[in-house]
Amino acid sequence: MSDVKATGAEATSVPTKVVMNQLPGAGIVGQSPLHHADLETVAKNGPKQGGVKFKEQKLMGLLTLRCNAQNPEQAAVAEKLLGVALPTTPLTSVEKGDTSVRWISPDEWLIVVPGNKAFALESAFFADMPGHYSLVNVSGGTTIYQLSGANVKDVLKKSTPVDIHDSEFPVGKVVSTVFAKSSAVIRRTGEQSFELVVRRSFADYLWLWIQDASREFGLVVEA
Amino acid sequence: MFHIYCPHCSEYREEEEFHYHGQAHIARPLDPDSCTDEEWGNYMFFRKNPKGIHHELWDHAAGCRKFFNVTRNTVTYEIKEVYKIGEQPKVVADAVPSK
Ligand SMILES: [Zn+2]
Repeated sequence: MSDVKATGAEATSVPTKVVMNQLPGAGIVGQSPLHHADLETVAKNGPKQGGVKFKEQKLMGLLTLRCNAQNPEQAAVAEKLLGVALPTTPLTSVEKGDTSVRWISPDEWLIVVPGNKAFALESAFFADMPGHYSLVNVSGGTTIYQLSGANVKDVLKKSTPVDIHDSEFPVGKVVSTVFAKSSAVIRRTGEQSFELVVRRSFADYLWLWIQDASREFGLVVEA
Repeated sequence: MFHIYCPHCSEYREEEEFHYHGQAHIARPLDPDSCTDEEWGNYMFFRKNPKGIHHELWDHAAGCRKFFNVTRNTVTYEIKEVYKIGEQPKVVADAVPSK
């Protein structure tokens, strides 16, 4: 666009960013990447006891933020909008109310909010955040799996090379890594519970993988 | 398998998470229009293939996706150090090979 010459009022106007609300109207029901698996029916008819529990946390709002947390202005605005400061210690996460923020790299964070709050948060960032930064709504390309139970670590050990021993992987830690030949952002949410942010295009494959890897322990699907 | 320390994540991860990107510290000619074909050819195509200490570029592809440098012994495969882009290696090969 550098060769386009702006004239008159346009030359001095501040460029505005158009933010699209990715949620359709209330009359249109969203479908998660595992919609076809009909987890409600599987949960109703399937086993109620087992070593591993699986739940898809559907249709959340996921935002990838890239900025400079060493820039006090950016850090302050991010904290104001998120209600919590960006975690700057590698591989950590913070959670407050229905907002959670994961450290992805020294200048990148993954924010998760309820699906119906993503647009407002995006709009607020574009209105208030100063300087050079990037905020991208990646909700449509991802979904979240909640894995828990007495044998959840046994399933993870089959699936990822990351060391998930308690001494190396405390509650709150988050890693981006390979998971069953795909990729995932894995966060420990409790002593026996982990959260996986996975790619939409791998959602079905990973659901099949998890069923297979959990078979020997018994898989309980929750909806 | 390498067990590689990522200087950005500040912990060791399996080699499976990383991609190798060849020799490190390759300086692009500052003025490509006026450099000789030989200079440009050396920049584009010619790489060291040392037996011993090698400085190389790695990418934590499945993790933080940041690039960093590794000093590795190509004979023993031992990783001597990792250091961030823009930094210089502490471990370097002897100027005169011992043999
Ligand atoms: Zn890393």
